[in-house]
Amino acid sequence: MSSALLAVELAYWQQTVIRALVGLVAVLLPAGTLVYLFLFKMMSFMQSRLGPMEAGPYGSMQLLAEVGKFLQKEDLVPRAADRIVFKLAPFVVLISTFLLVLVIPAGPDLWFIDIDTGIFLALAVSSISVIGVLMAGWASASKYSLIGGLRAAGQLVAYELPLVLAVMGVVIQAGTLNMQGIVMAQATGEIFGWGGIGNPFIITQFVGFAIFIVAVQAELTQPPFDMPVAESEIVTGYLTEYSGLRFLLFFIGEFATAGIFAALAATLFLGGWYVPGLDPTSNLFNVIGPAVLMGKMILVAFLIFWFRFTYPRFREDQLQQLAWKVLIPLALANIVVTGVLKVVL
Amino acid sequence: MTTVPDTRKLAYIAGQASDARVNVEFESDGMVLNLGPQHPATHGTLRVIVKLDGERVTAAEPVMGYMHRGYEKLAEVRTYPQITTLVNRIDWLGSFANEVPFILAAERLMEVEAPPRAQWIRTVLFELSRIANVVLFLGDMGVQLGAVTPVFFAFRDREFVLNQIEAVTGGRFHPNFDRIGGLKDDIPKGWVDETRGVLDRIRTFCDEMEDLVTGNEIFQARTRGIGVIPADVGLSYGLSGANIRASGVDWDLRRDGGVGLVHDRLDWKVWTHPDGDSFSRYWVRLQEVREACIMVDQLLDGMPSGPIMAKVPRIIKVPAGEAYVETENPLGIMGFYVISKGDLVPYRVKIRSASFNNISITPWLLKGVYVPDVVSILASLYFILGDIDR
Repeated sequence: MSSALLAVELAYWQQTVIRALVGLVAVLLPAGTLVYLFLFKMMSFMQSRLGPMEAGPYGSMQLLAEVGKFLQKEDLVPRAADRIVFKLAPFVVLISTFLLVLVIPAGPDLWFIDIDTGIFLALAVSSISVIGVLMAGWASASKYSLIGGLRAAGQLVAYELPLVLAVMGVVIQAGTLNMQGIVMAQATGEIFGWGGIGNPFIITQFVGFAIFIVAVQAELTQPPFDMPVAESEIVTGYLTEYSGLRFLLFFIGEFATAGIFAALAATLFLGGWYVPGLDPTSNLFNVIGPAVLMGKMILVAFLIFWFRFTYPRFREDQLQQLAWKVLIPLALANIVVTGVLKVVL
Repeated sequence: MTTVPDTRKLAYIAGQASDARVNVEFESDGMVLNLGPQHPATHGTLRVIVKLDGERVTAAEPVMGYMHRGYEKLAEVRTYPQITTLVNRIDWLGSFANEVPFILAAERLMEVEAPPRAQWIRTVLFELSRIANVVLFLGDMGVQLGAVTPVFFAFRDREFVLNQIEAVTGGRFHPNFDRIGGLKDDIPKGWVDETRGVLDRIRTFCDEMEDLVTGNEIFQARTRGIGVIPADVGLSYGLSGANIRASGVDWDLRRDGGVGLVHDRLDWKVWTHPDGDSFSRYWVRLQEVREACIMVDQLLDGMPSGPIMAKVPRIIKVPAGEAYVETENPLGIMGFYVISKGDLVPYRVKIRSASFNNISITPWLLKGVYVPDVVSILASLYFILGDIDR
């Protein structure tokens, strides 16, 4: 939050506290929304059932009940586990989530950090979670966890590349790595001289968007790419030995990251906090920006979860083939075409 | 009386546990992974010990018996009418079908024959329990491959079939309805029309599964060419049912067996598939559910009137002799070998259940596949734990 928005000048520690609190909200609110909206309700409707109905009106308090349940559970550590690494792993995963949210702007003056390498930082810190997953898989001293952890590591490393390459097209078109700059480029852009709706990059970068969504799906280890936690094969992979609060942290990390990646996709391809027809520099967006971003995020997350509840999962080797033989060549071709058109037009 | 110290007891238990592993020779390279007996993939307590090199299976060994309930022995101390209660629980998803071969064997020993109407209703319930059984497989296969949605559809539509079975027999899961010489009761009023509605639902369900599961590219990538059983290997391992028909063997006891059900008076088709892989096993079962719907439709059309019970004495004493009857049950061939010494209870009952033989091919079949395929192949072989261990 830039302090310029507030009328009073705040001390550094006050700013830090505000940032931390807002960051907490920015991580937990999308996570909670996605869990309730999609995991509890949409999934239930797709499977011809109602989902939670008892806790609160229409089951809306179910999430609090679940959190309360997890908090009460015993924090078990396997006897053979590497205790320190085992206990540390969920936090490492969560750190990556919290760092990811930093770069996403929610309005012209609403941002945590506004740096020139915004998207680069986001993609870099998203890889930290791999370390946490590997730590969890190895330290659990369980064969299922080990297989799950190794699968996750292989998968996350393989899908970093298409993720980065898919974003390259957007970066070339916007001419900047700065997230705020990418939003502005879409808000002020024109489609063949017509600036009615700006130029959301999904129109020109639809290939990039598709690759990005597929890669995000794999990064989140969600079906059809959920081999690391494939419950019918290796119980729950690296999560097998976790219980109580630490499992909850992994769970929050998973869904918060889903929300943040969806927000990232919304920012990169759907114009972020911008709504067509309004002046992108107006102060109004500092008020409605977060809501707009949230709306677009839910739209993208709907796609992600729709796939999640519909498809069976790939096998590990098929997953790698998809990444290296299909997605990466496609992403490279997309970059080449984008670059050529950028120069020509 | 001497007391055994705790350390000795623990050592004994550990020794017993290691005995179970003895078939897999432990070597320092590779990893031995224990799938089960409590594992989300095995809907019951099957234990598969797999030796891995990376993710590739180098040896697999199914360990059975965690759910052994001793039905063959228990049958020896129960009168004939009481035994159907036990055999209900062998394949618990298609319970009524279990009763049929036993009752037929007992009828053969007693030289009685059920009246035509009883035979027709028997066949209707036999096919309905096949639908109730296989429909669940069609959904469950998706779960094993990571798609959770189909199984909810399966449970939803299976419920209607169970309601119909319950309307006749009074039991959703364990009807215990078949009697020596006929059936316990006639079908209730209005049941025929309701059943036709249910059959329509099942047909819709089959279409849905064709869209949602067999039409899915990932499902095809995961099952086509995976777990191929050549016909001769399948036969040598004693596979039966849809598992062997998916390998191209045109063999169905409902058509070829000629036992006391009325399948031979119906117009239906035995489906086979030449490939023998997981996909074809799924596909054949899907067609068999459709075929079962056709059969039930015809059975309801042509059901004769008349009594449902032949003349049998109140206290059933089966004359001395031996009889073996096998029928084409939902999981494959199920046979009962009954030896009677002219008593109230059978002298010996040997149960040939389909899943036990179907699962015996796993050491051959799982060699060289990846861990995810272990799950999909096991799922496609479709076993019920109660049917393996009895």
